[in-house]
Amino acid sequence: MSGYQGKKNIPRITSERLLMKGARVVNDDQSFLADIYMEDGVIKQIGENLIVPGGVKIIEAHGRMLIPGGIDVHTRFQMPDRGMTAADDFYQGTRAALAGGTTMIMDHVVPEPGASLVAAFSQWREWADSKSCCDYSLHVDVTEWHKGLQEEMEALAKDHGVNSFLIYLAYKDIFQLSDAQMYEVFSVIRDLGAIAQVHAENGDIIAEEQKRILELGITGPEGHVLSRPEEVEAEAVNRAITVANQTNCPLYITKVMSKSAADVIAQARKKGTVVYGEPISASLGTDGTHYWSKNWAKAAAFVTSPPLSPDPTTPDYLSSLLSCGDLQVTGSAHCTFNTAQRAVGKDNFTLIPEGTNGAEERMSLIWDKCVVTGKMDENQFVAVTSTNAAKIFNLYPRKGRIAVGSDADLVLWDPDITKIISAKNHNLAVEYNIFEGVEVRGGPLVVISQGKLVLEEGMLHTTEGCGRYVTRKPFPDNVYKRIKARSRLAELRGVPRGLYDGPVCEVTVTPKVMTPVTSKKTSPVKQTPQPVRNLHQSGFSLSGAQVDDNIPRRTTQRIVAPPGGRANITSLG
Amino acid sequence: MAERKWNRDKENDLPVYLARPGTADQVPRQLHGGFFSNVEGAYDSKTLDFDALSVGQRGSRTPRTPKTAQTSPEAKPTTAGGSQITIKPTDIGQDQKELGVEIKTTTGKEILQNLDSDKSDRLLIKGGRIVNDDQSFYADIYMEDGLIKQIGDNLIVPGGVKTIEANGKMVIPGGIDIHTHFQMPYRGTTTVDDFAQGSKAALAGGTTMIVDHVIPEPGCSLLEAFDRWREWADEKACCDYSLHVDITHWNDSVKQEVETLLKEKGVNSFQVYMAYKDFYQMSNSELYEIFTFLGEMGGVVQVHAENGEIIAEEQARMLEMGITGPEGHVLSRPEELEAEAVFRAITIASQTNCPLYITRVMSKSAADIISQARKKGNVVFGEPITASLGTDGTHYWSKNWAKAASFVTSPPLSPDPTTPDYLNTLLSSGDLNVTGSAHCTFSVAQKAIGKDDFTQIPEGVNGVEERMSLIWDKAVVTGKMDENMFVAVTSTNAAKILNLYPRKGRIAVGSDSDLVIWDSDAVRTVTAKTHHSAAEYNIFEGLELRGAPMVVICQGKIVLEDGNLHATTGTGRFLPCSPYPDFAYKRVKARKQLAVIRAVPRGMYDGPVAEFTPMSRGATPASSARTSPTKQTPVRNLHHSGFSLAAGQQQQGESRIHRPPADENPIRPGGRRIVVPPGGRSNITSLS
Repeated sequence: MSGYQGKKNIPRITSERLLMKGARVVNDDQSFLADIYMEDGVIKQIGENLIVPGGVKIIEAHGRMLIPGGIDVHTRFQMPDRGMTAADDFYQGTRAALAGGTTMIMDHVVPEPGASLVAAFSQWREWADSKSCCDYSLHVDVTEWHKGLQEEMEALAKDHGVNSFLIYLAYKDIFQLSDAQMYEVFSVIRDLGAIAQVHAENGDIIAEEQKRILELGITGPEGHVLSRPEEVEAEAVNRAITVANQTNCPLYITKVMSKSAADVIAQARKKGTVVYGEPISASLGTDGTHYWSKNWAKAAAFVTSPPLSPDPTTPDYLSSLLSCGDLQVTGSAHCTFNTAQRAVGKDNFTLIPEGTNGAEERMSLIWDKCVVTGKMDENQFVAVTSTNAAKIFNLYPRKGRIAVGSDADLVLWDPDITKIISAKNHNLAVEYNIFEGVEVRGGPLVVISQGKLVLEEGMLHTTEGCGRYVTRKPFPDNVYKRIKARSRLAELRGVPRGLYDGPVCEVTVTPKVMTPVTSKKTSPVKQTPQPVRNLHQSGFSLSGAQVDDNIPRRTTQRIVAPPGGRANITSLG
Repeated sequence: MAERKWNRDKENDLPVYLARPGTADQVPRQLHGGFFSNVEGAYDSKTLDFDALSVGQRGSRTPRTPKTAQTSPEAKPTTAGGSQITIKPTDIGQDQKELGVEIKTTTGKEILQNLDSDKSDRLLIKGGRIVNDDQSFYADIYMEDGLIKQIGDNLIVPGGVKTIEANGKMVIPGGIDIHTHFQMPYRGTTTVDDFAQGSKAALAGGTTMIVDHVIPEPGCSLLEAFDRWREWADEKACCDYSLHVDITHWNDSVKQEVETLLKEKGVNSFQVYMAYKDFYQMSNSELYEIFTFLGEMGGVVQVHAENGEIIAEEQARMLEMGITGPEGHVLSRPEELEAEAVFRAITIASQTNCPLYITRVMSKSAADIISQARKKGNVVFGEPITASLGTDGTHYWSKNWAKAASFVTSPPLSPDPTTPDYLNTLLSSGDLNVTGSAHCTFSVAQKAIGKDDFTQIPEGVNGVEERMSLIWDKAVVTGKMDENMFVAVTSTNAAKILNLYPRKGRIAVGSDSDLVIWDSDAVRTVTAKTHHSAAEYNIFEGLELRGAPMVVICQGKIVLEDGNLHATTGTGRFLPCSPYPDFAYKRVKARKQLAVIRAVPRGMYDGPVAEFTPMSRGATPASSARTSPTKQTPVRNLHHSGFSLAAGQQQQGESRIHRPPADENPIRPGGRRIVVPPGGRSNITSLS
């Protein structure tokens, strides 16, 4: 299939120059036959009868599909968890990704609550730079919220190329943020032009349910799914969408695991909300019935949050929504722990470290579940595995498209390969594969990452540490065009009214039912330079200029009424 | 229309056994016309006369209603000295007069018998069409001592009875307003309608029972607050009442008080707030605990559903933008936040298997979520209020501050003008179940506390008086619901949820005689000039409503007749509501039996266990300081745990542990072979 053209005695540069001949180029919008010439990791020419220099390695595609390399938007390689580390580190993980046809991963930085976001980010950069075999980018998780984090987020967005932040609505007392904090984080994210990602589960209810389940004497992995019913996921998705609508912030729901959560997203999209949903390999490929397996180690291998739904029709339903565009991107949420690590929770399911595999199986699974079944075509397949992710995270068209100037991350896809997934031959470090025994049709034949052949004839040729960090600019067009238009529309005006001059009832000190200022943390909106109160709009005509006219009104002083309750009136002068 | 038919042709009426359909004459059959012509008389005798055929109803041909007192000696055995009140003006004409309601009092016999002079204790409604939530039928009703004693035709009643001639008008069970805030204390002032004023307004509108909310200050005793409300209401209420108690904070002592209220004080519904951050608002965990507790005790959880945290943020934003008028109220509380909280409450209720009641459904999106949840089988009830059914939130933008402020309530009225119509439709289709008024009125001077800051405006709207007429006008006149459904949403469903059915909410023998004779044709214009509330503004000002009560009977006494209100303050009784209302709990109980969760019996894991630092990860369920109500369940049940303890131990004769015998799994002598990580010991010690 591949051979050398011209002189064969310059092997040093051969891998830098590649010519793919006779491929059917599949982008998310169209497919066409063409040759592709790559040099220095970039696509230089597309067309027929290309004029290429000598010393080029030629791959004959014979009309097979050439698709943009997959982008796995959600991985957690090498994630620390209570002193343990996820079994697949960046090397092992990215190798698995490349073996499955994924040429870029986006990992999550999980700072310990209380730690600096930037420091954690640098830590992850260090790990990934030394080990990653493919290009990568990083999401940063906001695991707590206070004023100081706003500056760190700004720094990350402006100097470090991070345009997505994840918050948790689950993991009570550890990562979980309250609704008010979510509102503030979303406001900051919108101002930064980033994407708000949400791990959507109601942590409060889960904590109560876990208590109840443990008291019932249920300690095995089935307790995990029993304490996290899918309603709780749907509720949190709904809440996040509400807050995102309120703050006019683009929202991205990670790990859509259940039908009800997917339904909530689909409904919100019909109402016009800017929200994206990410089903993962596990939710598309398997279901939660395995939690009841008699084999503890197998049952524990499925533990992830939100859990896999015990409803066996879920994978089919989610792949339908993915095909019709209600869900847009796919990740793997690859976060593996070996059985010994899982066994930390052998007597208490709440202690089982969470995460499933999926980085390697993602592309084949989606092909098998969606394209083979006729739910989507090859172009849509490219969209959900690669292009949409690149668009949302502002990597397009460098990634996610086969075009002149794009990165040479390509996969020659064979729709006819069949393979049985098994822990015996996967490229992971764990003993269990949650897709064990699943037969999938469709797989990568050749994988080119950074212009180099990394998978050829079933052999992986990866280089540890060659992965580059890809920066992402804020305000991705695909997301923010609509947001910008809406923020222009959403200007609110007060009603100009005459001054109320009737009697006013006296009130006692008791604060009114709602005091919006009691939150110690100041709202981020307050930091933005507020214009002076526009008296023309406020409807209150003051008699002449006041000394405090140029001072923005501070609500803090006006709402808590002092003893006697006069403060409301004196401010009118 | 039925009553008109019934009133027609009384002179030539035959008794029902003689009445035959069609003409009785012999009609000789004649062939005429062509081949395709009708045979003359072919359709004679073929039209059913439903009035003549219907069973149990009063036939149109039964000449039982006397036109005058003289012609019907059996209906009024003692006519001597009877006084007669005619409610309808007499100058309308003879035919029209028949449709009015007449109230007659007979005095003859009771003078003879020396009965006590309290005549109104005995009441007879003649010729009314009784409308319950399931059916309507014609019958007479005899009441004594505030109870319905007899229902039927040709009742045998003692003398000295006040008789009301209903003339075929509808007699419906008195309305139950399931949500009022009379005499609510608010920062040192109280709402302008106290229990006397408020219950008078209720009676004037055809509502004969109200359910008020007890709002204890956060940190105060629920029982004390309850007693205070009881005192106020007993002293002043003119109609029967019951009380909801709002749970404004949550801890173990509150839990005990709630239990006392449920078991001893006759309160079966408790409201919690998801709004009013840092004041009344409950966290999700608290909601879970309250729901679990009430679900076990048989209470109904009511929820004020709005996301208080987001509201607080939005309010701060509005004020910063310089929006201080009442429009800021609705802008800072968009209906999405209501829908979100409804969704969350439903999720928690479904988790805890507790019946849920959403107070004040104000927006389409919130109502949609309720109807969706009902379709999925959740036990949830929605209560739209008079304001949301009758008006919308466009008035918040009124240039008149006082008018705009009078609409301020929470959740706010939706600015979408199609909302009332939509909510009426859902009410008619049964997706929403009960109606309240959330009557909580403040004078303009009180509202003006917030003249510079909308967050300070006291919240509440009127509606107790207008509720029945408004629903009639919006839902029955428009053909969305029939009269039976009207009774269901204004009275019966509320009585069922409160567990007062069939004492209230139904016209049946033994029920309380709280009745309303409803005039479906009366037209009234709502205005603050004539309403019975003490507030200066009426949010329904100028609205023309068709349908009004003609006579209201409360506790067996006529309190409204001829447009005159004869209410007596302090006559209202407190009605205790018992827990576990069937309407809500039958389904919940069945589900509880189903929802048994079992663990998977597994062999013990005996592989290696990684080391870990037992601090920070996701799930530490014990972090809430408050104990979950479910903690009552005793020690860890080893039979369910799925862990079989070492078989070897028994073989060695160490009978320390009673191993579950049923465990058939491969058993390993494992108890001590667990690789115990440093710090991880606590997990395992419970097994030994």
